[in-house]
Amino acid sequence: MPTTNTDQLVNASLKLRRKKERRFKMLGILAIALALCFLVTLMVSILSKGIPGFFQYYITLSVDLDRERLDPIGDLSDQSLFDGQANKIVQEAIFLKTGATSRNEKKAVRKLLSNGSDTRLISFVKSNPKLLDSTQKLKFALDDDADSYFRGFVKKQTPEKQRRLSDLQIEYLDTMNKSGLISYQISDYLFFGSASRNAEMAGIKGAAIGSLLTLTVCFLISFPIGVATAVYLEEFAPKNKFTELIEININNLAAVPSVVFGILGLAMFINLFGLPRSIPLVGGMVLALMTLPTIIISSRAAIKAVPPSIRIGALGVGASKVQATMHHVVPLAIPGMLTGTIIGMAQALGETAPLLMIGMVAFIVDVPGSVMDPGTVLPVQIFMWADFAERMFIQKTSSAIIILLLFLILMNGGAIWLRKKLERRW
Amino acid sequence: MGLFKIIFSITLLISSITAAHARDQLSIAGSSTVLPFATIIAEEMGKNPQFNTPIVESGGSSVGKKGVCEGIGTQFIDIGNASSRMKTSELEFCGQNGVDITEIKVGYDGIAMANSLKGETLVISKSDLGKALTAEIPQEDGSWIPNPYKKWSEINAKYPDIEIRVYGPPTTSGTRASFAEMVNQKAYCGKDAIAKKASAARDDSSGKKCRAMRTDGAYVEAGEQDNLIVQKLQEDPMSYGIFGFSYLDQNTDTLQSAIVDGTPATFELIASGDYAISRALWFYVKHAHIGVVPGMDEYMKTWVKHWGEDGILTDAGMVPMPEAERAAYEKAMAELPKLTADMLK
Repeated sequence: MPTTNTDQLVNASLKLRRKKERRFKMLGILAIALALCFLVTLMVSILSKGIPGFFQYYITLSVDLDRERLDPIGDLSDQSLFDGQANKIVQEAIFLKTGATSRNEKKAVRKLLSNGSDTRLISFVKSNPKLLDSTQKLKFALDDDADSYFRGFVKKQTPEKQRRLSDLQIEYLDTMNKSGLISYQISDYLFFGSASRNAEMAGIKGAAIGSLLTLTVCFLISFPIGVATAVYLEEFAPKNKFTELIEININNLAAVPSVVFGILGLAMFINLFGLPRSIPLVGGMVLALMTLPTIIISSRAAIKAVPPSIRIGALGVGASKVQATMHHVVPLAIPGMLTGTIIGMAQALGETAPLLMIGMVAFIVDVPGSVMDPGTVLPVQIFMWADFAERMFIQKTSSAIIILLLFLILMNGGAIWLRKKLERRW
Repeated sequence: MGLFKIIFSITLLISSITAAHARDQLSIAGSSTVLPFATIIAEEMGKNPQFNTPIVESGGSSVGKKGVCEGIGTQFIDIGNASSRMKTSELEFCGQNGVDITEIKVGYDGIAMANSLKGETLVISKSDLGKALTAEIPQEDGSWIPNPYKKWSEINAKYPDIEIRVYGPPTTSGTRASFAEMVNQKAYCGKDAIAKKASAARDDSSGKKCRAMRTDGAYVEAGEQDNLIVQKLQEDPMSYGIFGFSYLDQNTDTLQSAIVDGTPATFELIASGDYAISRALWFYVKHAHIGVVPGMDEYMKTWVKHWGEDGILTDAGMVPMPEAERAAYEKAMAELPKLTADMLK
């Protein structure tokens, strides 16, 4: 079949066009591959450091739970147990296991055991008072230096003067390990421990509860105000210069650096209203200021997406403006509003900068019981751990990052699920 | 307008409830160098069920010193931590607000110079270290030129034949201020014959010009986090770093100390005073809060209990004071002498 002139032209240009298309596709794939590369590097680095942080080394000791020595007053109260000799009892148990007798040997052995062993024994006695006056096999955490030795961060080759464990201490650790006293297992401190300067005892409980309280306050304030603002501006407000000004300001607020909200919070809530520093109530209010623009903007978008026919239909059958909005428009816009709120909350969960100003970036040991108790939040805990020198804190930092990421994935996943489940298409 | 009224009344309600809310735990803020030790003391004190664990905030020495002077009342902090001593100008701020304070020294912290085990150990004199890092160097004729040394070996042939690259903290850091004072100002401009003469000639009695670090890339500011500097050194064996001793202490599997004036930075040598790059750690107690916020006395007592040799503080890398000094500051805790400008001279 003879080919026409046009066919020839098309065939010639076809090759070029296909080539162009392939090149464009390649660029797209390259961009995605690059992004994936970064993500994989980040994940591998965090996971490789963080997963060992979920575990730690424990030592099993037979402890003699002598009632008189542990509970001198005899009422099992905090004070009585504090006055007791919990610390001595644990130390005697490890002296017995290692055979340490001289002053130097005892000193060496004592430092292998976590500084929080007495607290651990006390809380065991408190929850098992029936076991007093018996001998129990209990697990105590090893000190972070001993833990680092088993992880290979403290090396025998390093001259003795320059490492944190003496030859004697390393010998003790090796013997105990050989006789099977040392176990490597999931760290209960990481999940149930609160902030601590002893790396082996540090955990996220206090920060996680602080985060929960802060976010609750943030939600309770920002969601109603945000939704009400969006509904008013979208459905009721007259379109004039003033409402335009408000709109521009809201959009601007969304781009304001978060630390500015912290300064505002310090000036308003703490200095003017006299609220205490470091409390989740103030933290939540500051974060609410930060989340408000996000919620308002996404809620307005959700309301805009409801087709006008719904409003017109409602008004047509005699509903008032309020009825049309409340009974028809808002219920249809709720999924979009919730999605925006969850994304705003997820943002708030990851914030530290605004909390710096109001004293929530702090070392707080006691777990907050209410929004009026001093508390801190997860990202602050990560930030503080990253700055401590102890090697174990670096692992725990990565572990806490993994936990925070899980929360964020859960929240964002929830937002997607909500949208899929409740969204309606017209 | 209804909405605004509601918000306003809610906030008023909250504030009226909480204005009377007294604080029942200590609030402490300040230097990030003192923080690791202050938190140990706070946690130790909190083990006693009679006391809540004090809250320790970071923020830097200036936040500690300014914060404690800001005013009297539970919305202000009780104790300010600092790794550099209060200046008379800072004390004046206290005076303006009617705050009386007492100064307590708690111990020392060594400043380490280190590099990766894969690199060459730097054996150097303190004076030459200052010569390598200070911004300007005098010439024979007394004129000052920007620091010309590119390699360590250009200062003295026995030093490593690699480029001078030192990671260290930024200007806001007390570590840097102390390092510059002890190495640049005292050891180099104060001891080196040419530099001493030229310093006197350029009217630099306060040593401010001499303390300035190089900005031509030989000294790299690596941020306030010492762990970042440790990571940089592990990746780059040709570089050196300046950071708190406790970070070297924790990373001896990958890092080695430089030998400055014949001594490496080890705990014993810092404590004995042989390794002389170290600075004092302080806290400032507000008189008006003693007896008002519970636990002020107990907090100080807990320091005394643990600040000696071989305690939990030395274990974290703090260098204890000599016994006489400890006794003096223990006395100060009991008598609470008011800090005056004369005492700071």
